[in-house]
Amino acid sequence: MIIKVGDGWLVTMSLLLALLLVVTPLPPFWLFFRPEFCALLVIFWVTRKPQTLGVGFACLVGLGEDLVTGSTLGTHALSLSVVAYFSLLTYQRIRVFSLLQQVLWVFILVGISQLLSNWVNSLVAKPIADLRFLLPALTSALLWPWLSIWLQRDVEGST
Amino acid sequence: MATALILINLYTDWLQPLRERALSLAAPFYLITDVPARIGDWVGAQWRSRQSLVEENSRLHRQVLLLKQQSQLLAAVKAENTRLKELMNSAETLEQQVLVAQVIGVSPNPMEHVLIIDKGRNQGMYIGAAIIDANGLLGQVIEVGDSTSRMLLITDSSHALPVEVLRNNLRAVAEGTGDLYRLKLRHLSNTSDIRQGDLLLSSGLGGRFPAGYPVGEVIAIRRDPGRAFAEVVLQPRGQMNRSRFVLALLRAEGE
Repeated sequence: MIIKVGDGWLVTMSLLLALLLVVTPLPPFWLFFRPEFCALLVIFWVTRKPQTLGVGFACLVGLGEDLVTGSTLGTHALSLSVVAYFSLLTYQRIRVFSLLQQVLWVFILVGISQLLSNWVNSLVAKPIADLRFLLPALTSALLWPWLSIWLQRDVEGST
Repeated sequence: MATALILINLYTDWLQPLRERALSLAAPFYLITDVPARIGDWVGAQWRSRQSLVEENSRLHRQVLLLKQQSQLLAAVKAENTRLKELMNSAETLEQQVLVAQVIGVSPNPMEHVLIIDKGRNQGMYIGAAIIDANGLLGQVIEVGDSTSRMLLITDSSHALPVEVLRNNLRAVAEGTGDLYRLKLRHLSNTSDIRQGDLLLSSGLGGRFPAGYPVGEVIAIRRDPGRAFAEVVLQPRGQMNRSRFVLALLRAEGE
């Protein structure tokens, strides 16, 4: 499958936007609710273009996020690679899932990525949140339906 | 591969130059996300009424007058202090270079208290420079890029600094708690002389922070006879999440 000319741009622009959203300042209380925009986009793009975008792509995105947020290099690279791997395994099923199932699945995937980042943070002896670390997974899952509409349209359009 | 990267990052400092480069790379993102706040500031400044400006102006005039009077006193005290120190043969100077910086970003991780400020190596910033605001000590610089740097607030739970009580020079270590409005004193015995309302200053013992800057005020003490140490809670003087402009204290040249 060959990527259309516009798509590379779309991927890059969406990722830049996600990185911007990742560092947007928020009041301290709301920081815990910030969705994992990068993880969402990785799930989205991998599900949409499983033939071209995969674990390597996710790893690069993760590195980008690490550099921008200043976290330990490799934290997000690791967690997003794992997320991409799982979405690659299941992209065919995600496409036929009902919306509720998709939301649940996204919650689990982002939860796994949060778990891995937390594991790395505890390795470098950074303070880790209590169960609140799952809140981003929740908000990300709630954001998924909007992406999903787009995904559905594209899949139907291409077949 | 990512795991290898994490381990390298963890146990060696090979990646330090890369991280510094990355800070410069990340700066545009923080600058862009800071734009709405800047526009807000600008609009606020443009739409002020003349009367409020006049009022503010006269208030500032009065304040300047007051501060001038105080600094006159201070000059005499400083001269006397220097003379006394010379008498005691101590070679301590109070001269310090000050750099005004603007906070342009906050770390996205809610568990670490890190700010990004818009001054870097090009402006003379270095790792370990102390950062203060108008009210007290804020933190120190932990990473320096070309024209931005990252600073750790003293309330971060991995931060601790040596302090002393203004009233009786009792030494202690103030630790961050991960809460923006609380600090804790560590290993202070139950019988030590500390009261509610005591002001704590940085003691300069670690060599990182200059001595004499206000750190916080004691707001609660719990002396439990069953425990070896008293629990002392401080409220930091610096405005951890409201300061937009901060001052970096740089060591004078030649040191």
